[in-house]
Amino acid sequence: MDLDDTPDQAAWRTEVRQWLARHQSDAPPARGDFEDPAYVEVRRSWQRSLTEAGLVGVTWPEEHGGRGRGPVDQVIINQEMARAGVPGHLDVIGIGLMGPCIIAHGSDEQRARYLAPMLHGDEVWCQLFSEPAAGSDLAGVQTRAVEQADGSWRLTGQKVWTTSAQFAAFGMCLARTDPDAVKHQGLTMFIVPMDAPGITVRGLRQISGEAEFNEVFLDDVTVTDDMVVGGVRGGWKAALTVLMFERMMIGAGAETIGFRPDRVATALAAAGADDPRVCHRLGELTAELLAVRYGGFRSLTALSRGQIPGPEAGLAKITTVNALIAAADLVCDTLGPGALTDEEWGYMTSFLPGLKSAGGTEQILRTTIGERVLGLPAEPRVDKGVPFRELRTRQIAEVAA
Amino acid sequence: MNFALSDEQEFLREAARDALGRVATLAAARDALEDPAAILDLWPVAVKAGWPGLLISEPAGGAGLGTFDALLVAERLGAVLARVPFIGLMPATALLDRAAHPCLEAVATGERRPVFVPARPPVSGAESWTVEDGHGRSAPAPRVIRSGAHPRLDGQAAYVIDAPDADLLVVAATDATGSPVAAVVDAMQVQPVAAYDASRSVGHVTFDNVPAELLDVDSAELTDAWYLVQALIAAEAVGTVEAALGVSVSYAKDRYAFGRAIGSYQAVKHEIVEVLRRLENARALQFYAGWARDSRPAEFPLAASAARSVAGNALDFAARAMINVHGGIGATWEHDAPLVFRRAQLTRRLAGGHADATYRVGQAVLHNPRLVTAA
Repeated sequence: MDLDDTPDQAAWRTEVRQWLARHQSDAPPARGDFEDPAYVEVRRSWQRSLTEAGLVGVTWPEEHGGRGRGPVDQVIINQEMARAGVPGHLDVIGIGLMGPCIIAHGSDEQRARYLAPMLHGDEVWCQLFSEPAAGSDLAGVQTRAVEQADGSWRLTGQKVWTTSAQFAAFGMCLARTDPDAVKHQGLTMFIVPMDAPGITVRGLRQISGEAEFNEVFLDDVTVTDDMVVGGVRGGWKAALTVLMFERMMIGAGAETIGFRPDRVATALAAAGADDPRVCHRLGELTAELLAVRYGGFRSLTALSRGQIPGPEAGLAKITTVNALIAAADLVCDTLGPGALTDEEWGYMTSFLPGLKSAGGTEQILRTTIGERVLGLPAEPRVDKGVPFRELRTRQIAEVAA
Repeated sequence: MNFALSDEQEFLREAARDALGRVATLAAARDALEDPAAILDLWPVAVKAGWPGLLISEPAGGAGLGTFDALLVAERLGAVLARVPFIGLMPATALLDRAAHPCLEAVATGERRPVFVPARPPVSGAESWTVEDGHGRSAPAPRVIRSGAHPRLDGQAAYVIDAPDADLLVVAATDATGSPVAAVVDAMQVQPVAAYDASRSVGHVTFDNVPAELLDVDSAELTDAWYLVQALIAAEAVGTVEAALGVSVSYAKDRYAFGRAIGSYQAVKHEIVEVLRRLENARALQFYAGWARDSRPAEFPLAASAARSVAGNALDFAARAMINVHGGIGATWEHDAPLVFRRAQLTRRLAGGHADATYRVGQAVLHNPRLVTAA
């Protein structure tokens, strides 16, 4: 039982800290507007510097440009960046999810072509998974990929919640290649160049007014057959790898998703709010956030021993989001209506409701955890073993009736 | 970084599970609802397992283990609602050990049973050290009088956990200036309380100007003892929640309604998963508290308060969920759920109550926001 660094981790921390101390002045602001190309550019060149210093993709194998280090070393980088108040790499989706997916399922040619520019920030990636009618039930995606006589594929459909799409070079797209197969089996993963003809990216404005996500429309987009990742009909397996790395990313210290509970406490203290009701509410949400922090150390220990995180990682996400919602609510109750138009508290209040559904709605997480962690009996499923085409026909008829 | 149990700790936990597995604690707790004499004397089990000497240093005859280990034993006691005076015992032995008291060896061998009478440390300068008055209010902690040749202790404290099982009390008291002092007393009056939860020993203690021996411990050590009580109650609740969850899951798999196991219904499933969520949070904070007291003492008050707060809420929720999952039968004496429910309702109101712990977390963070700065 020890939260101190091992000698090796301490040396790594020193290396990271010293590099940051020397280069901190070159860092862009940690928060900025991704709709502003100038901000994207400074973040891109910051990622390049970080990569040249060996601070990006450290858990990737060395043969693919990483450092072959453990998840704790990534956490140390995150901690030191937070301590220095500088942002991390721009391409969170690529480095955290798509790179590992290509390493696991891609061909040698794909690894040679895509990984290095991804690491350096020259080519940013986005994730074309969720659709308006397929989120928590991801295997229900309807984007169609049809094989052409020359072996290429034509993709048509609509994707949503796509972070970084407005400046991404590539997207990893889950599409249906075989509608006559059972739904998980008829899927294929494609690399799609975001500048291909037929792609339209539209900002998706959220409650806060900011467009942090996008909708991506694919209208007869042609990709060559060397863009298939993990084989035709191997899409679900590749998608599961991405979802697993997503859990690892959560486990490796997305502790408060960028929000600052210490600033919540500071704001309340500055407002002179020390009445017992405020204290009680602050105490409840703080205790929950502390639980997530120390629970995170437990998962990290398991992770560093080679255990693969299961769906229980979703519990930490549920706790964090709800505690942060309670925090924003408490600040607004205490500071009054003006807090809603304050940049920090207004944003926090507006952003969090959507986050409840990110990475699967709270309800689907609870269902999955109940079944896979506690072994509770599964919900009866009407889609099991049924060809996807038949499911759709049935659904259309039921809605019409 | 290593935030997992060591092999020795796993072994300690398993040994506790085995030792308690040989005693029908739940049946005794139910029988005791009607016949207080039915409660089992588990002291021989505790002595055989070496628990009284757990926090006593090795030269003084103990095992010299850490807080973390004590919390693991508390967790196992909670899992089977075992009535062992552990929550009173551990802080008493910790204080006696600090003061290198001559009775330590007799405590480690189980001949003597010291129990701690906690007093709540002040949150702000305006407050004083307090105990419960028995009517939901706070009262001044017992007072040490040093007028004669020997110090004497006067005062009372209500709803003291484990007091009826003691033959020696280590009392958090104050002196004439209001500063905290630890007084050891063996001539006390303890009035056992017929408590709502028969598996919990609780009593009112009265000191009528009785001779007392002062321990050489300071204010920080008495503050630490209060938080150790909080952490122990939290760890014990973790064990109870875990057990309640297991019973609820198993019933939800076996019971059918409308042609399906009830656990397949989302409404039932999600309530059970909420118990798991709260359990995982409470356990994480149990680890935090156990680690902090030995490795980051300055954080121990925050860790122990957070643990008590979350575990107290978790236990209440788990007890109610257990009843809900079982339906009507869960609210009858035919079932174990009422035992868990009674444990939850009484214990969350003892030793300051878990709401006070929540308040303390809030106070701590308001005064020092850096406590929740992302690590």
